[in-house]
Amino acid sequence: MRIRSFLLLLLALPVIYGVLIAVAELPPYGMPDNPVHNQVSERYISDALDDTGVLNMVTAIVLDYRAYDTMFETIVLFTATLAVVITLKTRKGEGER
Amino acid sequence: MKDFILKRMVAIILPFICVYGFYVILHGHVSPGGSFAGGIIVGLSLIAYSTIYGIAKGRAKLPEKVLVWTESYGTLWYGLMGMVGIVKGVPFLANKLAGVNLGNPGTLSSGGLISLIGFGVGIRVASTMVTLFFTMMEE
Repeated sequence: MRIRSFLLLLLALPVIYGVLIAVAELPPYGMPDNPVHNQVSERYISDALDDTGVLNMVTAIVLDYRAYDTMFETIVLFTATLAVVITLKTRKGEGER
Repeated sequence: MKDFILKRMVAIILPFICVYGFYVILHGHVSPGGSFAGGIIVGLSLIAYSTIYGIAKGRAKLPEKVLVWTESYGTLWYGLMGMVGIVKGVPFLANKLAGVNLGNPGTLSSGGLISLIGFGVGIRVASTMVTLFFTMMEE
């Protein structure tokens, strides 16, 4: 049993090494020249007011640019409520049987 | 709960919490906040009411029929607002493309369909919170 766990540790070491190398290659957090700050966010910052007429940029993205996402988010809420109600709700008198 | 002070305090504070929630929902496109946060605040005021005054009184304020109605038609309202785009001949859920008047930025009537959609989502989130609370408390 001890030999087996030792072998497993030996197997895990290359994986840990690979993950650590990948983390070391990540761009530093919050730097302005990160690949996250591409033309998409620039487009939102410069055009959100003209496209939607809304001052709150988060609302402009959530309810206009990403309206499909929010729509299915509400459907997810509906499904979650439905599942809870179906699971927990019992008619009166039915539980006494 | 039979605490007199708690009941009187809640009776004074709760209307303001509820109105503030609706304020956050309706001003989601002008100030920080939005429909999700405002809906949580509205739902929370009703949850606090039924925690302190008892589930039966909370149920009397919000009958199950109303909750089921808002649950179902809140989602449908979103789709209905999306159909405005299709009626005008542009993609689903289009706002500026559909030719809706965007109004003056910074005022309550700005944003075209966004404020209407946000109101629907806010009501929807509030009813979700209240329904989950009632269902779990009654078990």
